[in-house]
Amino acid sequence: MDKNTPLVDMKDIHISFGGIKAVDHVSVDLYPGEVVGLLGHNGAGKSTLIKILSGAYQADGGEIWINGEKAEIHNPRDARSYNIETIYQTLALADNLDSASNLFLGRELVTSIGMVDDDAMEAETRKIMGRLNPNFEKFSAPVSALSGGQRQSVAIARAVYFNARILIMDEPTAALGPQETKMVSELIKQLKAEGIGIFLISHDIHDVMDLCDRASVMKNGKLVGTVDVDSVTDDDLLGMIILGKHPHEQSEDA
Amino acid sequence: MQSSTKKFFNSLGIDTRLLGMIGALVVLWIMFDLVTGGRFLTPRNLFNLSVQTASVAVMATGMVFVIVTRHIDLSVGSMLGFIGMTVAALQVKWLPEMVGLGHWSIWIIAVFAAIAMGAALGAMQGWIIGYLTVPAFIVTLGGLLVYRGAMWWVTQGQTVAPLDPTFKLLGGGADGTLGETLSWAFGIFASAAAVVLILMSRRRKANHGFVVKPVWAEGILVALAVGLVMGYVWIMNSYPIAKGALPRIAEARGVEMVDGLTLYHGVAIPVVILLVVTVGMTIISTRTRFGRYVYATGGNPEAAELSGINTRLLTVKVFALMGALTGISAIIASARLGSVDVGLGTLDELRVIAAAVIGGTALAGGFGTIYGAVIGALIMQSLQSGMASVGVDAPLQSIVVGLVLVFAVWVDIVYRRKTGA
Repeated sequence: MDKNTPLVDMKDIHISFGGIKAVDHVSVDLYPGEVVGLLGHNGAGKSTLIKILSGAYQADGGEIWINGEKAEIHNPRDARSYNIETIYQTLALADNLDSASNLFLGRELVTSIGMVDDDAMEAETRKIMGRLNPNFEKFSAPVSALSGGQRQSVAIARAVYFNARILIMDEPTAALGPQETKMVSELIKQLKAEGIGIFLISHDIHDVMDLCDRASVMKNGKLVGTVDVDSVTDDDLLGMIILGKHPHEQSEDA
Repeated sequence: MQSSTKKFFNSLGIDTRLLGMIGALVVLWIMFDLVTGGRFLTPRNLFNLSVQTASVAVMATGMVFVIVTRHIDLSVGSMLGFIGMTVAALQVKWLPEMVGLGHWSIWIIAVFAAIAMGAALGAMQGWIIGYLTVPAFIVTLGGLLVYRGAMWWVTQGQTVAPLDPTFKLLGGGADGTLGETLSWAFGIFASAAAVVLILMSRRRKANHGFVVKPVWAEGILVALAVGLVMGYVWIMNSYPIAKGALPRIAEARGVEMVDGLTLYHGVAIPVVILLVVTVGMTIISTRTRFGRYVYATGGNPEAAELSGINTRLLTVKVFALMGALTGISAIIASARLGSVDVGLGTLDELRVIAAAVIGGTALAGGFGTIYGAVIGALIMQSLQSGMASVGVDAPLQSIVVGLVLVFAVWVDIVYRRKTGA
């Protein structure tokens, strides 16, 4: 794997909804084994940007390059074929189905005659849950019967199970208690060590400072800037989010 | 005591809802049997009941998928009439001119035409719903009017009769049964299939190291399945054929007509069709990707979409399947009557929806079982036939059925709230 070729390179992406520029000519990139934080207020365009990468939305313009090759992502299936996995803020779980059915939704394991193999899927789910959340027990219950943390671990398991190369996490800890939040942090570090590139959307500056290598800040659909997390302070990031000011430009001005 | 009963059914893997439906059915049957002085639970009445249930039950299995995906299909009754009329005209007017009157291929062509026509009409409705995003309620309400009108046009409102004799066998009646020997063979085959399926599922689970049901529970389930199937066959094989029809049936079955000969009906062909449809639809709903996507889309359409499921195409498929099943029901209904008039299928859409809903299909989407819908159809039909045999007049029958529907859904809502499902 070439460390100098970005895993993901989104160039000049723009999309409008009813005249409102939700994402306005934004470029971001992501390298293998790197965690890039996406920051900004609600409505800044972070979720919209990553939904373009995950195939949920179609950009009005701009290009997506994966591993140095131009990618065509028209729907979530295309994104999955590029090994892009997404953990949505809403978790995107079918509440009426059990955890195994959700984990394999759209990619069911089938028997030799093409029938859905529920038992094999449950066995695989038990394996990965044993790793991610050993306390998880309700394998036959619909996910509506699970706690917030358990539901989150189903959504995470779904993204991790299929050998993601590129992982998008939209507020992965928003619904979690401190213990589970720590678990997710550990997981991010572990996946990063395996060479997976991660886009992490978060409201929590400390999370970003702790876990991310770089941070891209958006405001009103525009990219304020991308900075190395080590070279900025919490206040610099807050300034970018709230005022839309790039810290280095500021220092150059001074 | 109560908790040990609960534990007993839990180990059997039978849920409370199924138990409740079967309980309601048993209560209804016993009640009607008492009121009619033993005329309800007779082989004759059970034969008629199962034949009358078939048409609505076949469509109800399809309606489960439609409602699970948060849609509705109000057009099935009219569509049944339109298909029935077209296929009747095909048999009586068009095909005899092409292949000759009474040709052996007529019934086969008619069957395929009915199913294909239903699938095409359904797919078209599904396309308007899925791709043009017109609500299913409106599209199928339009369909209800369009098909009823189109049905009239096929023959300018004339009743079409008589249908092809072989085709008519598909509707049941004294001729349209498997006969005694075949019925027993059918019962043994169905029992063996049920036992093999139960054992295979058990072995698969055990191979993965999952907890399986205790042996005694599995044994009771096997006994129940075999008992139900063989019991039904036995009852159908105890319903003698009327004296008047005896010479004809004897000839058809190749039995020599002698004095004192008694022949029995056996399992009616529409019931065999219903059973095949029920098994097929259960496999589709629980063991295929398509079925899984139907339930996922009903539970959370957005999640299904994000998981890469093409929910628009899925809508087309669901309505096409509904249409194909309506085609099968049209065959059963028209074959049973032996003729088709412009009233065929009127109000069937409401019976079908009621059957699915009484069977535990949630109108909010995501939940519903095939066996539930079939039992729901049986409950509805039992209620109606029972009241008719007690002598309740038609207006009061409607009132009772309407009240029962609302009551059943209320019970279902309370049940869901209590179980948190």
